[in-house]
Amino acid sequence: MGSMKGLQQGRRLLVMAMLASAALMQPATAATITDGSGRQVEVTDTSRTVAAGGSVTEILYALGLQDRIVAVDTTSLYPAAALAEHPNVGYLRALSSEGLLSVKPTLILAEADAGPKDVVGQLQNASVPFVTVPDEASPEGIAEKIRFVGKVMGKPSEGEHLAATLLADFRSLEEQLAKVNDRPKVLFILSTAGDRMMAAGAGTSADEMIKLAKAENALTDFAGYKQVNGEAIIAAAPDVILMMTRSGAHAPGEALFANPAIAQTPAGRNKRLITMDGLYLLGFGPRTAHAAATLAAKLHPDAAIAPLPERPWTK
Amino acid sequence: MAIAESKSEEIAVLGGDRRRTARLVIWLLVGGLALAAFLSLSIGATGFTPGAAWEAIWASLRGASGNEAALRDTIILDIRLPRTLLGIIIGAALAVSGVVLQGLFRNPLADPGLVGVSSGAGLAAVIVIIGIPIFLPETARLIGPYALPVAAFFGALITTTLLYRIATRAGRTSVATMLLAGIALGALAGALTGYLTYLSDDQQLRDLTFWTMGSLGGATMEKVLISAPFILVALISIPWLADRLDALLLGEAEAGHLGVEVQTVKRLAIVIVALSVGASVAAAGPIGFIGIVVPHLLRLGIGPRHRALLIGSALLGAILLIGADIVSRTAVAPAELPIGIVTALIGAPFFLWLLLRRRSLVDL
Repeated sequence: MGSMKGLQQGRRLLVMAMLASAALMQPATAATITDGSGRQVEVTDTSRTVAAGGSVTEILYALGLQDRIVAVDTTSLYPAAALAEHPNVGYLRALSSEGLLSVKPTLILAEADAGPKDVVGQLQNASVPFVTVPDEASPEGIAEKIRFVGKVMGKPSEGEHLAATLLADFRSLEEQLAKVNDRPKVLFILSTAGDRMMAAGAGTSADEMIKLAKAENALTDFAGYKQVNGEAIIAAAPDVILMMTRSGAHAPGEALFANPAIAQTPAGRNKRLITMDGLYLLGFGPRTAHAAATLAAKLHPDAAIAPLPERPWTK
Repeated sequence: MAIAESKSEEIAVLGGDRRRTARLVIWLLVGGLALAAFLSLSIGATGFTPGAAWEAIWASLRGASGNEAALRDTIILDIRLPRTLLGIIIGAALAVSGVVLQGLFRNPLADPGLVGVSSGAGLAAVIVIIGIPIFLPETARLIGPYALPVAAFFGALITTTLLYRIATRAGRTSVATMLLAGIALGALAGALTGYLTYLSDDQQLRDLTFWTMGSLGGATMEKVLISAPFILVALISIPWLADRLDALLLGEAEAGHLGVEVQTVKRLAIVIVALSVGASVAAAGPIGFIGIVVPHLLRLGIGPRHRALLIGSALLGAILLIGADIVSRTAVAPAELPIGIVTALIGAPFFLWLLLRRRSLVDL
């Protein structure tokens, strides 16, 4: 009998605890937010959030808010749990209105790249708040993105803390790089389909990362990612080639250095190739200071760049 | 030429039976379209069922709308309804332009996608999407939402006219020349589109990649209202056009002897194709194979008479496109397949089957 009563009491306590935690999980205060597209959006409930965009997902995880995520997009590759645990609403630029709404979200948090435009228009007019996260590929830009997500999710101080930590990491990297004098020329190659190379020009996130690691983008006379020919590569004379790691990689190095144009460059002669995970390198999320430090350490091997302190969201 | 002979034989054996069959088929298609539209409103990534669909439509007709029903109303009225209507319009337009092109060229292989008309409309659309914001930002704001359909119409008009001029000599349209000219024009439009794509930035580039696969995903009532008049012109002219296209099957000279104003018919046919394809491409991107699959399926059932063929194709085109759209938005939900992939997966094997079955028709 006694144990029965104890069980009942225990159950009641459990229910009360669950109610209390549910109340804590859902910030009741409605907030009107000016989002990245300049629209005023009223956010009342963040308990079922769709994270559309790799960096948005990373920020939500870094803020410990992964329990509020109900779906992610295909670019949400980190942490790996994000795509494993949630329904996938498809590629960020090819979203479907009804598909997104079918997961019964109370908030859609999307990167600025989200599309197609018509679908975004539909979602902005739907009854579920659609919030575009401001986006700028720079340390302060990421910090702003994090603060914004924190504010929308009702966790402004956590957002502020994460942003401050990130900026501190960037500063400590900058101090270390202050003593480095050389600025190697880096050629970022997005893809090599056969021998056709897509390289990063000015204004790309790769360009920004190269600058953060105190190096110089070898190709700045065009904007965006463009196909470049062998002569342009020889003329650019990069000291280092930077590429993304492919899953199921067949060593890209040998084929790359066999390319006659690459072989003519300082990078080709010294066989200097750096490969890094694509989202880590170009994601412009909470891990970017670490990514810049990793890249800087590889670019300036003699400078003995110390790794940044490990953070919970970089593990 | 083999086609003209077999056509005139077919016309000669046309009797009351065929007409009765045609009438029956058309009524069946009307029922089919009603069913398809009903399904399209009822099926989607969310669990809203037929009942909810009718409640939402009924409620909005009465002007009442509850707050708790906001999500339901958004999905049914703002997403599924415009999508279904746009699917009907574009499906009908593409199928009708297929029939008209096939009648004009006296060739069952003509299809707006195959002979480059869609590529021409697509090029014009890409010029508007990429070029106008760069070169004429002020103009873009002035002409607003009509810029795309109007440009796509002229793109389709120019391509169709060029195609007809190249393929027709002394009143005879050569099948081989038409297909080859269509491929060349399509390639040229494709190359120019590629050049513009090269000029575009990353954002535009990725948007365009998905745009060229076609989708009804961005359907809005505004798009429906903008495209509808373009297609209505084509549908309204069907009764006038049908008998004249029948006569054209005998050959241009023969049709002329029967009192048909051949030049007027040809011009109208070209304008109809351009209007339909232009509006479709502008609203949903290029969607292939509806124009060739639909008329063929129908000819198997009701023969080559254009009146029934045009009306039936409009209905069947609408049914097939709505059906393909249901597949595109439910197959990988909550994500979505571009509809161009679905129609090509159905249409391309059908086209091959057609080639194998009626190889003599192509005799290049």
